[in-house]
Formats: sequence, C-alpha cells, structure tokens
Amino acid sequence: MQVTMTVNDVEVTREIEGRLLLVHFLRDVLSLTGTHWGCDTSNCGTCVVWLDGEPVKSCTVLAAMAGGHEVRTVEGLAKGGELDPIQEGFRQCHGLQCGFCTPGMMMTCRALLDKNPDPTDGEIREAISGQICRCTGYATIVRSVRWAAVHEAAVTQ
Amino acid sequence: MQVPAPFEYERATSVDQAIGLLERLGSSARLVAGGHSLLPMMKLRLANFEYLIDINPLHAELGYIKIQTDEVRIGALTRHRELLESDDLAGAFPIFRDAERVIADPVVRNRGTLGGSLCQADPSEDLSAVCTTLDASCVIRGPRGERVVSMEEFHVGPYETAVGDDEILIEVRLPRRPGHGSAYEKVERRAGDWAVVSSGAAVWLADGKIVDARVGLAAVGPNTTGIPEISDTLRGNTPSEELFEQAGAIAARSCDPNTDQRGSADYKRHLADELTRRTLRKAVERARS
Repeated sequence: MQVTMTVNDVEVTREIEGRLLLVHFLRDVLSLTGTHWGCDTSNCGTCVVWLDGEPVKSCTVLAAMAGGHEVRTVEGLAKGGELDPIQEGFRQCHGLQCGFCTPGMMMTCRALLDKNPDPTDGEIREAISGQICRCTGYATIVRSVRWAAVHEAAVTQ
Repeated sequence: MQVPAPFEYERATSVDQAIGLLERLGSSARLVAGGHSLLPMMKLRLANFEYLIDINPLHAELGYIKIQTDEVRIGALTRHRELLESDDLAGAFPIFRDAERVIADPVVRNRGTLGGSLCQADPSEDLSAVCTTLDASCVIRGPRGERVVSMEEFHVGPYETAVGDDEILIEVRLPRRPGHGSAYEKVERRAGDWAVVSSGAAVWLADGKIVDARVGLAAVGPNTTGIPEISDTLRGNTPSEELFEQAGAIAARSCDPNTDQRGSADYKRHLADELTRRTLRKAVERARS
C-alpha cells in the first residue's frame, strides 16, 4: 500500500506493508535513526515521536495510521541549525549518559513545555513516567528540562 | 524485531462504512483504535487477523463526552487523555479522573481509547472496573441497528465481549443520579503498570443515607467484578467505618484472585478489602462535599 505523511515538515510518499510500524518506517525507510527502537511493547518510550503534535510511542503505531498526518522526530527539533532549548538543556545539565532514551525523553519534554512552560519537578517526572532511562539518570533529565523552562522564560521576557 | 504477521490495512471513513467492511470480512477482520493492546498481541501472534480496520479517522464522530442531566454519554473513540482532562466528567464522576491518572502513562494515554479498553476485556483493565462501578451500558451498532447492553452482558469472559464480528461499540452511557460521589484506587508495582488489584466505588446519598452503592474490582477474577452483595449491605444505611469494613470483608471473600508474579491470592484479597474500604470512604466524602 502507499502512504503519504509529513515528517519534519517534509511530505513523503512510500510504498509499505500494512504491518510496518512507524518506528521502522522512520528508521529503515526514511533513515531517520534519531528515533530509537527499544522494548517494542510501548513500555520504554525511547521511540516517542509526535503525531499531529502529540507524543506517541512509534513502536505501537502503524506507519499506515500516520498517513495524512504530521510526524515530528528528534531530527525536527533543531530549527535553522539552532538547538531547541530542550536539546541545549540536556547538553548543559548532563541529561544524557548513554543517550539511548534521549530522543524519546526530549520529544516528550518538548511537548510538556509547549503545554506547561513552567513545570514542577513532579510534573516533569509524571510526563516521563512512561519512559525508561537505563542509566537511571532521571535527576539530570529533570534538571535539563528545568534548564530549558527557565531559559525559555528568560528569552520570552 | 517484533512485527505483526502480514495483514491488509483498511481505513474507516464512517461508522457505517466500517460496519459494511466488518460484514463483508467477518472474523478475519478486527477494528483497531489506539492499538496499544491489539498491536502488542499481534506482534506476539496472540492475535492474528487478515484485515485491520483503522477507526482512528472516526475520532470526530466517536470522540466526545456529553454531559446530560440524566446521563453522561462518552464516544467509544474518546482517548484516555481526553477523559483525564475533562473537568465536566470529573465533576459528574470523579472516579474517572482517579482512574485515568493511573492508567498506563501520559504518552500511551494520548492513543488509548475508552472503547478499545472495554473491548480488550482484560480482567485487569481499569476503565472496565470504572464502568462496572458506574453501572454503565454499552451501545453496540451493527448491520441490524443499535443495541444497548449492560456491563455484565458486555463482558462475556476474559478478552471476550458481546460485540459481534460485524458490530462496533460506539458509545458508553453512564446514568446520573443525585448525591453522587465516587473514587478509584489501584495498587501497582510500578508507574503505569497493570493493577495488582484495583477498586472503584460509587455511592449515591440522600438525607445522609446511602440510597445506592456499587463497587467494581479489577484483577481479581476472570472479569472486572461488580459485587451485588456489597450494594445490598450498604443500601439504606448511614455511612460508617463499620459499614465500610463489612463491605471490604465481602469484597475479599467474593473475589477470585490468582497467585502470580504480581502477588499471592491472599495478598490480593487483602488489597480487595483495603481498597474497597478506602474508595468507599473517599466516595462518601465526595458525595457529602
């Protein structure tokens, strides 16, 4: 079957199998390997991308379901060569160790800040409660998101 | 890599068109909504279908929460996040927000739906317990029109519902009565996990007395379980700790948990007792406030 969707503002059309999962479409068909593929059971959250602006676990969404919709991946976070404040926060605050969970964490936390620009530590932890950092670096992830929140507030003032 | 066995993907354009497809394809087809139960089962070959009919495009038609004076009507494609965020729904039935806070995680809640949860008919599923507690009825549409069934009729057995091969669950109706309070509590091993045991309670008070009360338990038997004996014991009485204790004791002896990796049957009975008491206590507090 043929599927057409918008990925990081670019329209793509490909011939796919109905059973192809969105995570494999992104990684193997479009070569967007920033989105990681982890547990395959929607538990670990490393495959989180946005579907029409909302974080979803792309190992449990069919590529066909995304047809006609907008997908954004970690490759679509930076704008014009400038890192998104979330990315900069992870860099500044040591928000990643091995980096495996990082793309999913950043996509979820970017969506969190878009809805709630000044989240508490508790709200950040709730937002990423469906995502696992195998290095257990949660404290620095929370700190990174707070860095982005504070930084964005300073920029918009 | 886990991928489902090959199938044909069909996209629904309306409820009637989906029913037409189901009528033609029969048991070789399955509807998929959020997909967070069905796709993992298909990856593990626990479920295999030749056709998947994607009903996500029907969200505009089947995603709604209508608060009416005598009942609340919720479309089957309403997503967990929408149920969690609806202040009107939390006002009418506080049990929904309690439950939605502990269902899976925020990202999964962006996809999962009320109808998908009920149709999965997992005995540990939280919204089935909520709907049992609230005495919900389910509206099922098929080629011969619509029919309305109670939750008891809806859940035929584990992973088995009253929805026929050519039918679709389109709406859940929750009756409203005055003096209502409700609550939900779940014990889980980690954030977003299936329940070890969970309990929902709903009460309706008038003149300080319990006019009606219902308790629904999840993960303690082949189906989410409503317990009529608890309702009989509570009705007509003034709420008290002794009364909640009686209800808890009935819950513990009426349920049928299995020992598994989540806990022993005895521990689960203890939880059924304790959570029944806690949710009844909170439901009464809410009904009074």
